[in-house]
Amino acid sequence: MAKISLEKVKHSYLAQPAEPEDYALKQIDAEWQDGGAYALLGPSGCGKTTLLNIISGLLVPSLGRVLFNDTDVTKIPTTDRHIAQVFQFPVVYDTMSVFDNLAFPLRNRGIAEAKVQERVQEIAGMLDLEHSLRRRASGLTVDGKQKISLGRGLVRDDVNVIMFDEPLTVIDPHLKWQLRSKLKELHKRLGLTMIYVTHDQTEALTFADQVVVMYDGTVVQAGTPVELFEHPNHTFVGHFIGSPGMNILPCEVENGTVRCAGHTVQTASSGRPRADARKTEIGVRPEFVRFDDHGFPVEIVKVDDLGRYRIVEVRYADQRVKMIVNEDLAIPSETPRISFDPAATRIYADGWVVN
Amino acid sequence: MTKTTNQKAWYFVVPVVGLVAFNALIPLMTVVNYSVQETFGDNVFFWEGVKWFEEVLKSERFHASFLRQLAFTGMILAIEVPLGIGVALSMPRKGPWVSVCLVLMALPLLIPWNVVGAMWNIFALPDIGLLGRGINALGIDYNFTQQPVAAWMTTVLMDVWHWTSLVVLLAYAGLCSIPDAYYQAAKIDGASAWSVFRRIQLPKLKRVLTIAILLRFMDSFMIYTEPFVLTGGGPGNTTTFLSIDLVKIALGQFDLGPAAAMSLIYFLAVLLVCWIFYTLMMRNEEQ
Repeated sequence: MAKISLEKVKHSYLAQPAEPEDYALKQIDAEWQDGGAYALLGPSGCGKTTLLNIISGLLVPSLGRVLFNDTDVTKIPTTDRHIAQVFQFPVVYDTMSVFDNLAFPLRNRGIAEAKVQERVQEIAGMLDLEHSLRRRASGLTVDGKQKISLGRGLVRDDVNVIMFDEPLTVIDPHLKWQLRSKLKELHKRLGLTMIYVTHDQTEALTFADQVVVMYDGTVVQAGTPVELFEHPNHTFVGHFIGSPGMNILPCEVENGTVRCAGHTVQTASSGRPRADARKTEIGVRPEFVRFDDHGFPVEIVKVDDLGRYRIVEVRYADQRVKMIVNEDLAIPSETPRISFDPAATRIYADGWVVN
Repeated sequence: MTKTTNQKAWYFVVPVVGLVAFNALIPLMTVVNYSVQETFGDNVFFWEGVKWFEEVLKSERFHASFLRQLAFTGMILAIEVPLGIGVALSMPRKGPWVSVCLVLMALPLLIPWNVVGAMWNIFALPDIGLLGRGINALGIDYNFTQQPVAAWMTTVLMDVWHWTSLVVLLAYAGLCSIPDAYYQAAKIDGASAWSVFRRIQLPKLKRVLTIAILLRFMDSFMIYTEPFVLTGGGPGNTTTFLSIDLVKIALGQFDLGPAAAMSLIYFLAVLLVCWIFYTLMMRNEEQ
């Protein structure tokens, strides 16, 4: 088990990267504590798999260092890094039995057969695979195969970190939930560092203590699920996390007052954007928009009733705002007016929050 | 719910049935017809029952060419399959060299059989051929027109040159379809290069190799043109394989009855081997 640090890691798939756009990873500095459950969350193509492959050693970064417990492992091959990885599609050795599959990483490392027997039995027990140990691995269902992939990581007692690359993509929804709880349980029980890559916010927020949100080759924010929800550092985080995502509305800042389509808005940002910012916006989550007789007038466009609450889409000028209204609150029928909770409204300059 | 019965759709099958009848069933039945009768021409036939089959199965000449055929097919399979896999493994998986390699590999497959035979005949001639003169210049006495061993080696080498590419291309396609994740997982599991081959590549190649072996078996078991042009079945009868022998009996001696019986035995042997092999290879395949 190990603490993982990334120092100024940059990676480009091109031989001669020149522009910042040539980099799949722009610059990553991160420190992941021993025994933590981390999620790397981001849309497809944001560089999360690249980052994972750099940690596992399948890729050597163009620049920067990877440290495991303060030892530089940047150039150390995958085999010697003592890591485990579970891929999107289950990888099993078809011709071998489940037992042999689980024993494979141990036997490759020349571990005594008695020890192999003991470890495999123990891990098979944890993963509920004891009854299929004698079966051929190719005959198992997808989730069974994915458990084998995971088991091959768990049998070794020297693993520094287990990495998951969207491991539940091909699993049926009802089994997804089961397997996710299993992962969570194993994390608690074994105290291993786990890094979970996904583009699904539910998976990330339920699995991890710390969620690292990536966008366009950079880490835009790392924090607990609550932090990401309440204090998004970047409009992308606001938009990507939460359902529906944060409202992001263009605004002007003049002499310290924030005006949004002609209406003055109070915000929690005490600072002001730099004068050279190309784009200023305010961000407010739908949870913090409410009907208020003292607010500004809007027009209701659409109401979606989701049972416990409704998502109301309103319009003022050419802006659309989504708001969440609890089922016990009435929606005003005539001249509705809304306001934003100042404590949860922030200014974003070029995408980044102004505090 | 009652099922409506409508047999009119069968009419759509009629053209195919007609086609198959003309190109397979009728010729085959003609052969069956010859195999149980004796004819002296003029469409006069005498019933002979299974006499020709007995004669062929007891004939030492048939045994000899059958054994030669088995030896030849066994040899070329033993060389071409491992060699083909080896070449496919060492071919680049990406980059500009991929297409160069693929075209180079496909070239021998594009050359007609009789041209291959003629090419190798001239190439291996001890007095004027590059290969023949080269081997003799090394001090080895080599003359495939007179030495049985030399004739065999030349024939096998020619077939390897002509057909290994087929195994290479099939194996290469199979290798390319293995997802990267398998290799990455193997690295993480600390597998050696041999383990990667034995546990990942070979099992994933099973289907394409089955096809490759079947194709090579059938083709080589029925080989005619190339050895006929190269050695003409000689020296003596040493490279007279089944189909060369068959043509000699049918068109050389005009023994239509024994030739027809031999054709059917030949056909059944190919069919039987293919069926056994395919069944064995596929017995562990799931659903």
